[in-house]
Amino acid sequence: MTEIKATMAGVVDSVFVEPGTVVEAGQKVMAIESMKTIMEVNTTVGGTVTAIKMDVGEFVDEGDVLLIVE
Amino acid sequence: MGVDEQILQKREELKTCGNRQYLEKLEAQGKMYVRDRLNLLIDPGSEVEDGLFARCLDDGLPADGVVTVVAKINGRSVCVLANDMTVKAGTWGVKTILKMMRIQETAIRMKVPMIYLIDSAGARLNEQFDTFLDRRHAGNIFYNQGIMSGVVPQICAVFGPSPAGSAYIPALCDLVIMVDKNTSVYIGSPRMAEMVTGEKVSMEEMGGARMHCSESGLGDVFVESELEAIDYIKSYLDFMPQNCEETVPMKESTEPAPGREVEDIVPVNQSVPFDMMELVDKIIDEGSFLEFKKLYAEELITGFARLGGRAVGVIGNRTSVKAGVLFPESADKGAHFISLCNAYNIPLLFLMDIAGFMIGTKVEKNAIARRGARWLSSLFNSTVPRISVIVRKSYGAGYIAMSGASSQASACIALPTALPAIMGPEPAVNAMYLNKINEIEDNKERMKYIHAKRQEYLKDINVLRPASEYYIDDVVAGSMLRDELIKRFYYYSENYDSDRQILKKRNIVFRG
Repeated sequence: MTEIKATMAGVVDSVFVEPGTVVEAGQKVMAIESMKTIMEVNTTVGGTVTAIKMDVGEFVDEGDVLLIVE
Repeated sequence: MGVDEQILQKREELKTCGNRQYLEKLEAQGKMYVRDRLNLLIDPGSEVEDGLFARCLDDGLPADGVVTVVAKINGRSVCVLANDMTVKAGTWGVKTILKMMRIQETAIRMKVPMIYLIDSAGARLNEQFDTFLDRRHAGNIFYNQGIMSGVVPQICAVFGPSPAGSAYIPALCDLVIMVDKNTSVYIGSPRMAEMVTGEKVSMEEMGGARMHCSESGLGDVFVESELEAIDYIKSYLDFMPQNCEETVPMKESTEPAPGREVEDIVPVNQSVPFDMMELVDKIIDEGSFLEFKKLYAEELITGFARLGGRAVGVIGNRTSVKAGVLFPESADKGAHFISLCNAYNIPLLFLMDIAGFMIGTKVEKNAIARRGARWLSSLFNSTVPRISVIVRKSYGAGYIAMSGASSQASACIALPTALPAIMGPEPAVNAMYLNKINEIEDNKERMKYIHAKRQEYLKDINVLRPASEYYIDDVVAGSMLRDELIKRFYYYSENYDSDRQILKKRNIVFRG
């Protein structure tokens, strides 16, 4: 199980996967808007997304868990 | 046997490692014997060595565990000290510390770079009474480093341990290279931590090369092998003058690497991140970039490059990492790099694409203002030619930190995509028209109003507005940028290159 975490504070702009989506390492899974920039979040590992922890529009702090890949 | 032959034999004996049983162990760790390491660094046969005979009458202490030489690297004189791990684990004994001080003093007198090749277990405890308290004891080594800072380049490569007090040798140098797996630099060892506080931690976690180069910032350059470390020292020296009174020699200019045009590299949409490194490569002489602190605070690019043959320091915002904004760590990194370039008369190029300093409780607690001010202070007190290029957005304090016109850059020029302002359109419209926005009840109408106001605001901060007001010095097409920079650096450096200008200032190098 790997937790994909936010690298900086911001607001979730989009979520590109849902529970059950099979992802490859490096794949874009979310986008976070922060400091006037839309930052892509890529999963560091491949596997199946088992949980999405943050919704579009939610504030996330650096280090918060965004989703879980198993 | 004649006296000459006797002494030649003794010299050979002292040079070929007193404790051969450790050589195999070194080899297994991917480490070299100190003299092999040294020979790869310096021009063959160029060295003169002092203190080879230090403690030659004692048993098993050849040269007292440290080799100190004056030598050439690519034809330029340097002073080098190198710990010998095979002699009492490279520990500092009574003559070790004297030899270290002496070679530092030679570097000061000769006004040449001082290179430290570190591989030592620290103080030799059974000799501590005679190495610690006197004016000419170990503390004098650090004192020398302090007063040499910004006078001659000080370069440190860590090949093994450097624990406790000796951790301050790298910490007081301008540049620190660390070799993966073998480096261990810490104030208190993992064993000591477990004894004193109960913390259980590995050597790698406590003081490994990767940790220091990516987290603590004590390491500036992470390398995987000793050879790589030696190569980096040579490349770095290429960008350094011999001392603070000289400038870096010019090289022949070469064209940049082939690649996309500047206007294709820089996205017009300001919220789309891009890697500033591609723009750097498009401007500089091909293959000349030497990155500084690559693994630390990656949102800020710092490195040396050649621009039309001239050595310059490049500072750029990388929006593809953490939106390219400045964090406390990137502020430290910038301050270190600016003070380093200024100390050794290397002009600075700033490439701006910055939404400002990061906001939020996390960074405030991490002293963003205090650490950001150190960057600003280093910048404001720098006297080297500085050219800033507004590549895209440049908001608020980010503009000031990236050497905008108000920071008294030699020139502040812009690309057509530049968008300088005190803040971006979203918060600005929100701040200026909040009451009006709240009054509009219909959602659609409200969005329309906000959109119109943002467009109005954007029109105001369009690059032609500040150019028309002559707030910025020029607007150049991407295709002109390299030539424009080469010419400007030439003119701004012309008078600076004389001793008279350089001697007006001296600054120490603040490590970030």
